[in-house]
This record gives sequence, structure tokens and C-alpha cells, in this order.
Amino acid sequence: MRSLLSRLWDTKGLARWILLVGLVITVAFIVLAVFAPWIAPYGFDQTKVDGVKFPKVGHASGDHLLGTNDQFFDIWSRVVWGARTALEVVVLSVVFSGVIGVPLGLVTGYVGGWWDRVVVFVMDAIYSFPSLLLAIIFSFLLRGPLGGGIVAAALSLTCVYIPQYFRVVRNTTVTAREATYVEAARALGAKPATIMRKYLFGNVVQSVPVITTLNAADALGTLAALGFLGLGIQPTEASEWGYDLSRALDDAQAGIWWPAVWPGLAIVVLITALTLVGEGLNESLNPALRRRRLRSVVFPRRTPATAKEAS
Amino acid sequence: MSSSRGSLPRYIAIRIVLVIPMMWVLLTLVFFLLRVAPGDPVSASLGGKLSAQALDSRRAQLGLDRPLIVQYLDYLGDAVRFDFGRTISDGQPVLDVVKNQGGATLTLTIGAFLFALLIGVPLGRIAGRYRDSAADAGIRIFGIVTYAAPIFWVGILLVMLVAKLFPSWPTSGIANPFTVFDVPTHTHILLVDAIISGNGVGDVLKHHLLPCFTLGLMLSGVIARLVRVNLIQALKGDYVEAAMARGIPTRRVVNKHAFKNALVPVITVIGLQIALAMAGAVLTERTFNWPGLGNALENYLVNRDYAAVQGLVTFLGIVVVIVSVVVDIITALVDPRVRY
Repeated sequence: MRSLLSRLWDTKGLARWILLVGLVITVAFIVLAVFAPWIAPYGFDQTKVDGVKFPKVGHASGDHLLGTNDQFFDIWSRVVWGARTALEVVVLSVVFSGVIGVPLGLVTGYVGGWWDRVVVFVMDAIYSFPSLLLAIIFSFLLRGPLGGGIVAAALSLTCVYIPQYFRVVRNTTVTAREATYVEAARALGAKPATIMRKYLFGNVVQSVPVITTLNAADALGTLAALGFLGLGIQPTEASEWGYDLSRALDDAQAGIWWPAVWPGLAIVVLITALTLVGEGLNESLNPALRRRRLRSVVFPRRTPATAKEAS
Repeated sequence: MSSSRGSLPRYIAIRIVLVIPMMWVLLTLVFFLLRVAPGDPVSASLGGKLSAQALDSRRAQLGLDRPLIVQYLDYLGDAVRFDFGRTISDGQPVLDVVKNQGGATLTLTIGAFLFALLIGVPLGRIAGRYRDSAADAGIRIFGIVTYAAPIFWVGILLVMLVAKLFPSWPTSGIANPFTVFDVPTHTHILLVDAIISGNGVGDVLKHHLLPCFTLGLMLSGVIARLVRVNLIQALKGDYVEAAMARGIPTRRVVNKHAFKNALVPVITVIGLQIALAMAGAVLTERTFNWPGLGNALENYLVNRDYAAVQGLVTFLGIVVVIVSVVVDIITALVDPRVRY
């Protein structure tokens, strides 16, 4: 872990700035998400305070920093609570798809043979399918048993992203399987499970952080799209930016811009930040792209005395 | 050279044969996903509206009372013959839905790709030609933002902008109701019908501009990125150096020698982007109230019409697979290096 951090810190040039800017923005959103109850002035579905109803699509004011939308919600509060929803869904879906995709890729890549071919083929078929359509089908199906909550949304995204983890991990495993250290382990009589757990896993997970951040960015976009189509998280369950945008659609033509601008801006900024982190990680962890910040080497001054000693 | 010429038909044949198992996996996936769903399709979409007896007869009518394996084989057989079943909620063949509303999606997507090329190729070319300049940095940021910005949000912003600057410009639908009434139906593609009859072409085109531009903007980022990278790579090539050494002006070298080679992968990416464009079209259609397949799909989703969703998704999946194969074949025809 420490070596990983120092490797990131020692990255040089543009990659370093890309990573830093992305990280700072992402952390800011995580802070919003974690401390939402303290940062947001109102609840995500609160429409009145002390019995007085909020104005409908009210302009920005002292009480409502970014105004209110057509459902009488305070937009700033919705944006802050939306960060929490986004964080929960993305973390859940990334963890789920990693937990399923990584071991599946590892075992499939190691075992090989016809099992490998079949799984690769199925995964490729899923992968070639438009991911939004797939997410639509899954959320459509999960709506019945799980309702329109965070878990249902996270699971429908999980199904979409498993193939991506699978692909990367399986491909690295296939190359690592033939390496000398694996052969040595096998010669020592290690069982396949041991080889996978002790030798291959550590090498294979190195590529996971990069896909994780890029997937997280993609998952956010898909979550918002599901919300926009009315298939995502229901407004009574949590605040979701995509859903708010779908509500803002009708008023947009009448020149009511504030319900549409802020949730959308939140999506764009967070996805951009995550993309920057992913690109930055890729450039600093990938040995082919990495450029290190090297400490400049200072030679001791050649004084006549040392020169004499040296000779 | 002679051996590679001989292998082209073989390449095409392999590519076409590979489609069959791919389609099969896709169809199987769609079928079983939508069938393992709790509750059967009929009671999901019509439950509560009809008596239990009526529901049973509806099920029998749709063949849902037969064993699952029979239904599955039937579904596969029908899909091969381009029959995607009937919708439950309004009882029309899915193929009719495709015929009536597919045209709008088709013209939307084609227009979007035109815009994507018009925006993406010149931008990528500038960025690649003047690498690491301010223009390059700006275009790279444009690439990231077009990827990050949800297409419907961009659409809403454009609608607001247009509504403010040109209040009379249409921001919703595919044509005025009067135009639709005036244009006789021949091909079910409104734009083509309008051109045939000569009525309301301008109106239909006007309605196309904004949605096509929005979807095209989203697709242009990837194209700009790709043209940039390829141009940079092509400019490093020996043949470019040779051309420069011969004293050919830089502009000519970039235009005639490097740029053409940088464009070939764009064709491949258009194939890969079909899936992305499909998803984008669904969202664009909702944003602009566009009477296409995405809108139809959304309506059936709301009505919980499993049969219609299954049929439409199957159709879209088949389209994606076929288009990607066609694009692969075109790439192979254009670029002899691709064939194997």
C-alpha cells in the first residue's frame, strides 16, 4: 500500500496534475456525500419547513441557495443528497461487480479449456450489447422484487460491469499463468487454489484500480440515464440527479433553467473528475506510460583533497 | 499481395459465420432474462384489469402456457425470420412498431453520425497536427467533457438556449402535426416520405437539426480523440519523413499522406459506436419527444409489457450485431492491413 502511494506521488508531469485535480474534486464530492445531513439545509424530500410550503420552481434566494424545483424540493439539498446516492450506488455496484468479476476471471483464465471459451464468449456477447439497454432490462426486472431503491439500481449496474472486470482479469491471468514463478509453484506441488490465491491474485489485481475508477465514472452516467428514463431510483427513496433532470425537462422550454442546470453540472463535474483519476492512475501505474519524478542526483564537489584521496 | 487478396472472401466468410453463435447467445440471454422474471408477462401488464379467466385465455393466445423450452425454440425460430412477437398492451406485432417508429430513429442516428464526423474529424485533425498546443489541450478537454456530460443534459441546455435565441425554432417532435398530416406514408421514414411528396421537407429537417446535433456532439468526442492519436502516429511514419525529405510542403504531407491513413480506424470506431449511439438515441428521443424506437421502448417499459420489451430489445441487439459486422467488412475492403 505504501509503495503504491509513493509510486503515485512520484509520478511526473501532466499525469500528476490530472490525478491531483481529479482526486481533489472526487474527495470534495465524497465529503458532500458523507456529511450530507449536516451540509444540506433540508431533507431530500422535504417540501416545507415549519408548516410553510416551499415555493414551486422558486428563484435562488437566501432560504434556497439554488432555488426550488417543480416538486417544491430545495435544489441545493437535492444536489447534496444526490452525491450520497451516487456514492452509495457506485460503491455498491463496483464492489459487487469486482467481487464477482475478479474471481470469475481468475478461475476462468487459470483453468482454461472449453470452460474458458464458453465464459469468454458469453461475456463478449454481453459486452457487445449496448450497456444502457442491458441496464434498462435489469432495472426493469429488479423493479418488481427489489423496488426502486439503491440496491436495485446498484445490482442492475453490476450486471453491466461484470464483463469488464472479467475481461481484464482473465487476460492478465492467461499471461501470468505461463510465468516461471507459477510453474515453480506448481512444481512444488501447490494446489491450483493456492496458486490462484497466493501467486496470481496479487499480480492480477494491479489492473483493477484503473478499471474501477473508469467504471465508476461510467456507472454514474448510466445511473443518471436510468433515472432520466424513470427506471432508476424513485424520488421517495433517495435524491437522484438523473431523475431531477427528467423533471426539469418540461420547464426547460419555458426558460426555467435552474432545476436543470445544477444536477446536470454535478454529474458532469463528478464524471470528469473520476475520468481524470482513472487516466492519471493509468499513466502512473502503467509501466509503459509512467514517467517518474526523479530526485536530481547531486555529486559531491570534487575538491582537491578528495581528488587526491580518490587517486 | 496475392495471398492477401485471396484471403478477403475468407475473412468475410469467417466474420459472417461468427455472427450466428453471437446472435444465439444474445437471443438466449434476452429470452431467459425476461422469462425468469417473477410473475408472468400477461399478469404484469394486464393484471388487475382483466378477470383471471380472461388472463388465462390471453396467456393461451400468446402461447405462454406451453413449456418454457418450446417457447424458447419458438422464439429463436421467429427471431430468425425477423418476427419479434406481439406486444401485450396494444396487441400489435413488434415488427409493425419497428416499421412505424424505426424510421425516426434511423434518420436521427444517421444525422447524428454526420454531425459527429463534421465536428470530430476537423477537431481531431487540428489537435493531432498541432500537438501539445493550446488548441490540442482544448480539444482534449472537449473530448472528456462530451464523454462526461449526460446527453440529455446537453439536450436540455441546447433546448433552453435555442428557445431563448430563436423562439420560433422547433425543439420537440419530428415535425409539425400539419406536416405529418400532409405527407403521405410510403416508406414510414418521415424524412424520405417528405422528400418524395415534396411537402414539408424544410419543416422535418428543421426538427432534425437539434436532436441530431445533440447526439452527434456526444459521438464526436471519441472520433476527435481517435483522429488525433492516429494522425500523431501517422506523422511519425517513415513515409511521412520521406515525403518531408523530398521537400513536399508540410500541409500537403499532412493532407495527402498522413491524414488519409489516420481516417481508416474511424470507420471501425463508427461500428463500435453503434451500441453507444443506440443508447444515446434512446435518451435523445426522450429529451426531444422524438417518435422513435427509444420512445416506444420507454412506453412499453412503463406499461410493463414484457413481450414488447423483449421484441424491441431483440431487434436492437440484432441491429447492433449486423451493423458491426458490416462495418468490419467495409474496413477490410478499405484497408488491406486488417484482413487475416
